[in-house]
Amino acid sequence: MFSFLEQFADLIVKQWLGLDITTRLGGALHFFIYDTVKIFLLLSTIIYVVAIIRSWFPPEKTKRILSHEREYVGNVMAALLGIVTPFCSCSAVPLFIGFVESGVPLGVTFSFLISSPMVNEVALIMLWGMFGWRIALIYIGTGLAVAIVAGIVIGKLNMEKYVQDYVWEMRVGNAEIAEQSWPERLTYARGYTLGLLKKIWPYVVVGIGIGAFIHGYVPQDFLARWAGRDNPLAVPVAVALGVPLYSNAAGVIPIVQALTAKGMAIGTVLAFMMAVTALSLPEAIILGNVLKKPLLATFFGIVAIAIVIVGYLFNALL
Amino acid sequence: MKIEVLGTGCAKCKTLYENVKKAVEESGASTEVVKVEDIPSIMKYGVMSTPALVIDGQVKFSGKVASVAEIMGML
Repeated sequence: MFSFLEQFADLIVKQWLGLDITTRLGGALHFFIYDTVKIFLLLSTIIYVVAIIRSWFPPEKTKRILSHEREYVGNVMAALLGIVTPFCSCSAVPLFIGFVESGVPLGVTFSFLISSPMVNEVALIMLWGMFGWRIALIYIGTGLAVAIVAGIVIGKLNMEKYVQDYVWEMRVGNAEIAEQSWPERLTYARGYTLGLLKKIWPYVVVGIGIGAFIHGYVPQDFLARWAGRDNPLAVPVAVALGVPLYSNAAGVIPIVQALTAKGMAIGTVLAFMMAVTALSLPEAIILGNVLKKPLLATFFGIVAIAIVIVGYLFNALL
Repeated sequence: MKIEVLGTGCAKCKTLYENVKKAVEESGASTEVVKVEDIPSIMKYGVMSTPALVIDGQVKFSGKVASVAEIMGML
């Protein structure tokens, strides 16, 4: 599918720069050019298409759908809607209040809050581009499973009293937001794509650059001892390292891909990626406005445990 | 006419506020643009993704930044 990019990278490295791609420098450069062009092609087209799809799923509509759902079915629906509903951690507070006030059960709300940032298009495109569609699909599947199970568990714990009291007293209006026309959807999608690309391109370029360097210069099996599947500590350490890297999925994936080639196990990679996207400190601080500490800690703890289990599972399976 | 920009203070909310001010200026209307940042007031409109634009109490859109030209079309 991307063979024309292979030829393009060959042309630049071999013909124009006169380098041998079996040398370290030539190999790293070839890798960098090929991957950068491929990733930006994928990012710009897929983000645009996803943004158009998302214009049919404003959170106000998602809320209406979920307010009629109970446990289990609700958790599954919430996790799935989390993929298509646009979400930004800066509107986590109005979103949370809107959900629970309209009668969406707490556990179902959490399934949405976990799946929405975790199963996002940028992480999926990067995984597809760097690891192939199989790993991207596994990531979607396990991400949804983590969101559904963690939401059900939180629901079972009956922690409603740990939602900040003012949330229950708030009066929420019913916004009548007009359906968008096609030109409006396309303008929205273009603005969304450009805005997102502008934000993430430096991370992508730097990430691919570091990845290319690792590919060319770090010895084979360098990480096998520490991050290989035989080290049981690798998964929890990877999850802990992922927390402060929030929102840098785009830059992290190329580096992780290069590390995989040097012996990092795939389950550890998946767990690390999920920690980067799903466990974010800024989001935890924002959610602290609506959740009391015990619920916030439970939410973080359950998601972290679920992610570690995913890591062990795939290290054992793949 | 009463124009309100709802937003909790994120970067996108500031951009929308600037765009709305420019649109009002260009249209020559002498309308005040109010920035609403407190959660209870935002929730009163039922808006769940910020930024959002409210004109005369009616939510025009939410969760996106509209261009100056687009906003002028709504005034």
